[in-house]
Amino acid sequence: MTQETEITPMTEPQPEPPAHDALSEAAADPAAQRGVETHVVPEHRERKGGKTDAVFHIDGVGVSYSGKPAVRDVTFDIAENEITALIGPSGCGKSTLLRCLNRMNDLIPGCEVSGHVGFHGEDLYGPRVDPVRVRTLIGMVFQKPNPFPKSIYDNIAFGPRVLGVKGDLDEIVERALRRGALWDDVKDRLKDNAYGMSGGQQQRLCIARCLAIEPDVILMDEPCSALDPISTGKIEDLMLELKERYSIVIVTHNMQQAARVSDKTAFFTVELSEEEHRVGRVVEFDDTEKVFTNPADPRTEAYVTGKVG
Amino acid sequence: MAVDPGLPGAARTQLAVAGARATTAAALNRKGSGPRVQEGLFLALLLLAVGFALAGLAALLVWSFVEGLPRLDANLFTQGPSSLHPETAGFRTAILGSVYVIGGVIALIVPLGVGAAIYLEEYADKTRWWNRFIELNVQNLAGVPSIVYGILGLAFIVRGPLDIGFVAAAGSMTLALLVLPTVILAAREAIRAVPPSIREGALALGATQWQTVRRQVLPAAIPGILTGIILGVARAIGEAAPLLLVGAVTFVTVNPSLFEGRFTTLPVQIFNYAGRPQEVFHELAAAGVIVMLVVLLAMNSFAIWLRNHYEKKLS
Ligand SMILES: Nc1ncnc2c1ncn2[C@@H]1O[C@H](COP(=O)(O)OP(=O)(O)OP(=O)(O)O)[C@@H](O)[C@H]1O
Ligand SMILES: [Mg+2]
Repeated sequence: MTQETEITPMTEPQPEPPAHDALSEAAADPAAQRGVETHVVPEHRERKGGKTDAVFHIDGVGVSYSGKPAVRDVTFDIAENEITALIGPSGCGKSTLLRCLNRMNDLIPGCEVSGHVGFHGEDLYGPRVDPVRVRTLIGMVFQKPNPFPKSIYDNIAFGPRVLGVKGDLDEIVERALRRGALWDDVKDRLKDNAYGMSGGQQQRLCIARCLAIEPDVILMDEPCSALDPISTGKIEDLMLELKERYSIVIVTHNMQQAARVSDKTAFFTVELSEEEHRVGRVVEFDDTEKVFTNPADPRTEAYVTGKVG
Repeated sequence: MAVDPGLPGAARTQLAVAGARATTAAALNRKGSGPRVQEGLFLALLLLAVGFALAGLAALLVWSFVEGLPRLDANLFTQGPSSLHPETAGFRTAILGSVYVIGGVIALIVPLGVGAAIYLEEYADKTRWWNRFIELNVQNLAGVPSIVYGILGLAFIVRGPLDIGFVAAAGSMTLALLVLPTVILAAREAIRAVPPSIREGALALGATQWQTVRRQVLPAAIPGILTGIILGVARAIGEAAPLLLVGAVTFVTVNPSLFEGRFTTLPVQIFNYAGRPQEVFHELAAAGVIVMLVVLLAMNSFAIWLRNHYEKKLS
């Protein structure tokens, strides 16, 4: 099926190969070349006649840390080629939920995920799913820019290198930097250490780094919280550009940002559970416009209009 | 000089650990936190410590140069020890012995020390009692006097299970055991100083844990790890007491080899010469101290050059 994807002409609107095949195949065939498999998700994803498919199907998901629930009963779908914003007060479990979507939570000892997370119809937490492989399909950008202490070139090339991607590395790096809207800034200093860049450039580098492995989804956890308004604007423009190819989930505390860039918004809040734990829940999930102009829940209205939180 | 120079093991390890942490942090260009007053106080303390160390070193240097300079000739390197002709005797077999023993130490501590540090920092589940037990023991072992390692080497390496006899390799293994805790602790500290965000970044790109350690964590920690290894090796070079127990003898006239025959090392030979009543042997010992200082300086310079090389690659 890898073959099929590669020889399919991009212009012909063919049904996508379901990504769950990719996941289960990788798990079933340990000898499968990880590098070759990154092409399973086509580089140029076409919108299918206005209708968008669900990338993530989140159903009754709860997460607990060492038995202490942090978020529970989350149910909503994340659509393809859309930007989905997660908003809500601090500690309501937005980051926690985001980290479930690429299985970064596996790395936290004591963290347990319940419920069902479907990724293109496949159970993301199925027994045959390899979390390392999941992370090659679902990229992540963190709150604080975290470039590697290496050259700009090596930062971008790291992903393709560890995945064993074949092809001209220089080309891959240039393409990723162009898509990350960084090429013109750095093309003359690719060998310079990434630590010498500005914060905004570093964050765009982290986004470009993530694009270099051709993910299907990009998760962003408050990507602009450490940046000035101009860099923030650049990254927002970049996101709007990127959603043509990728699906994006963004956590943000900036209401205007959520309103500006996202198509769908999930509003989280903190409630006290029966055992007096503070647990996060989704109060409202809808089109961004609806959430910001005509929310169904009074708590949402109070939050987005700045009355609380 | 020949035996443990003053600093108890635990303090030395703390120094190594702090050095390793600072080096990694510096390499990653992170700003230290803490108020200015504390910083100034700490700086003053450091300068005082450096002052003491330098004064001691200066006294040693002056003494050995005054005493040993007349004996600093080619014989020192080409001739073995001799009781009959002390005026032409030298350190050839001792220098070669030191090179063999320390070569063995390096070959042992680099993979073992770094491997153990990687395991403890990156893989060990800290909630398991055995991992905490290992950690506690490594820390305790760093404070054990060197002579105890000599007894251990005699019982388990020279005799006992390994039974390799009184050979240079037994000296290597004993000294490796002696400095291993220091190297492990320093390497762990260097690895820990690599910010977790770098690991997360690598893992989020689909790198496996080993790829993350191998390609991101280790390169960033190498300057700090090398600092730990330098300090470990520097200690091993100067050790005499444990070697006396595992077979270093003071009078060897044939060149050593790793697994056969008797061996001696520079500090052991100096110890022997310095203990004799005749003045001519004292001069020989002083000349030996000069040789040893030069060897130490050369090895440390090489290690520092190595470290700087990696640092440059990092930045
Ligand atoms: N690694 C962890 N170990 C234990 N508890 C954690 C961990 N990470 C988060 N939590 C807990 O889970 C809850 C949700 O945290 P989370 O970081 O998901 O909130 P958030 O909505 O992202 O908040 P913020 O907006 O401040 O980033 C909090 O109560 C927090 O204490
Ligand atoms: Mg968060």
